Amino acid sequence: MLEIRNLTKRFGGLAAVNDVSTTIEHGKINAIIGPNGAGKTTFFNLVSGVHLPTSGSIHFEGRDVTALRADKMARLGVGRTFQTTALFDQASVLDNLIVGHRLRTQSGLWDVLAGTSRLRTEERVCREKAREALDFVGLSHVANRIAADISQEERKRVAFALALSTDPKLVLLDEPAGGVNPEETAGLADLIRKMKAAGLTVCLIEHKMDMIMNLADKIMVLNYGEKIAEGTPAQIRANPAVIDAYLGSEHAEIQ
Amino acid sequence: MDGVIDPARARLGWALLFLAGLAFPFIVGNDYHLTVMSTAYIFAIATLGLNLITGYTGQFNLAHAGFMAVGAYTVGILTVDHQWPFWAAFPLSGLAAVLMGVPLGWVSLRLKGHYFSIFTLCVGYIMFLVIEKWESLTHGTVGIIGIPLPGPIGPIAFDSPRTLYYMVFAFLVAGVWIMRRIARSLLGRTFVAIRNSDDLAESLGIDLMRNKLLAFLLSVFYAGIAGGLYAGFVRFLGPGIAAVENTFDMTMYMLVGGLGTLLGPLLGALAVPWLTQYLQFLQEYRFLVFGPILILLVIFVPHGIVGTYLGWKAKRASQAALAAAPPRSSRGTQGAQSSPSTPAAATGAPPAGRPAPGGRHA
Repeated sequence: MLEIRNLTKRFGGLAAVNDVSTTIEHGKINAIIGPNGAGKTTFFNLVSGVHLPTSGSIHFEGRDVTALRADKMARLGVGRTFQTTALFDQASVLDNLIVGHRLRTQSGLWDVLAGTSRLRTEERVCREKAREALDFVGLSHVANRIAADISQEERKRVAFALALSTDPKLVLLDEPAGGVNPEETAGLADLIRKMKAAGLTVCLIEHKMDMIMNLADKIMVLNYGEKIAEGTPAQIRANPAVIDAYLGSEHAEIQ
Repeated sequence: MDGVIDPARARLGWALLFLAGLAFPFIVGNDYHLTVMSTAYIFAIATLGLNLITGYTGQFNLAHAGFMAVGAYTVGILTVDHQWPFWAAFPLSGLAAVLMGVPLGWVSLRLKGHYFSIFTLCVGYIMFLVIEKWESLTHGTVGIIGIPLPGPIGPIAFDSPRTLYYMVFAFLVAGVWIMRRIARSLLGRTFVAIRNSDDLAESLGIDLMRNKLLAFLLSVFYAGIAGGLYAGFVRFLGPGIAAVENTFDMTMYMLVGGLGTLLGPLLGALAVPWLTQYLQFLQEYRFLVFGPILILLVIFVPHGIVGTYLGWKAKRASQAALAAAPPRSSRGTQGAQSSPSTPAAATGAPPAGRPAPGGRHA
């Protein structure tokens, strides 16, 4: 689904992502792990078009998308979430979600001024999409609450719903379970499985090892911007380079 | 935003405001009050525009008065130096502002946040200087004197304060009506998404530059039209109209009423000039009263009068929605508990026994 070849991003002298090649496989849950500062979010920003890579290429469904901007990537079907989601706190959750399907609509200024039927239809479609996405993430009951009033875990689900309302084929999730408790983490993991079951390809960054090992079909490990391992959770668990670079240092931190 | 008010009541409210505007000349006794109100309406139109780019789209444009001056001088120069009738020159006031806005917006909107504001502050000052120094075109500091009154349209002659009042009022009504359509549409939601977070908006497939530029051009169109009306109404123009103080005044109107609301900037633009009128007897000292009032307002009512009211309504609607929703035991298990309401089986498991496709690891 997504082919990444020799991807490099330099910020000045620092190579945040260095010569990474991988594939994000269709219909699977692909995870990216690595210590803080390993270049995971930069990798996401390259794939989703926020940053332009210094070198290397990205192909999405066979098409070269290396130089495409983020909004174009979203249109092609790459949705994403952020570590923190900026919502309009004074508006209802549903109102926040309506704009999510905007990219699939055509109405412009003229439709607004003339009040065309196209605009009315598209506004209805966007509202339905928002409701559908809220249903999918299990938040129908908070649709009419203002965004300021919902919990951290509900915010995470709203972020998922926003990404889903763009009708994506591939969803990039940046630390979907960051800052929520273990029970809620399990709930979010179930939601990610549900996304896979619905035919979506998922790629996520996460620090919670238990969650990743249970959830991912395939894991890529980054360290100092370089890919040091890739494989199934079992393979990653047994990989000495990973234990050394990642688990080793994390265990050291805990002690 | 506007969704928290029941649509029927909102329409009734606007209708009452409209009737009050219609009745105003019959309520006040003298022409002076009509002139104050008409001027307030003109600045209200410009403020509506500023609110579109600043309040809804989140890009604080400090050159707004400059664009108002472009509209005003377009009418002034064409009518006085080229003997155009007012109504021929007037449509060009909005157009001229938009034409200036295309290159300026295209360059300045590449900058984000404060950098955009600082850049437009400089642009506004340059516009002021050009108007002041380019004497062959703008008459420099002398200004443009003797702009003709708007000519009659059919049987309606605009030769008295009352008819001029209705002329300006008609444009304000049209301006509010169009802005209301924009704000409530998908287009308005797109602008608000950009204000909330442009990274998030872009990840939702929104073309930032295109939408920011559209909001910017609409906003300067309002400024240009307001300038054109100003020229026909005041009939004298000086470079001062482009001064940044005018932008700051309009900003104050927005802040008092409520940034990013429809009614707020309108309310601010009408209320503040009347308040300053009533503090006129204090002369220069009135700012000693006015300054602290403004500071208190920004500290304690940061969303403005209308913004605070809408926030309160939204909060109440939110609590009502909570009361109406099925009860949920504790926040901690909310995620797992909410899943039975979704159809698919994958999330239907209770938190303790989660399914583990792909192997369970300790």
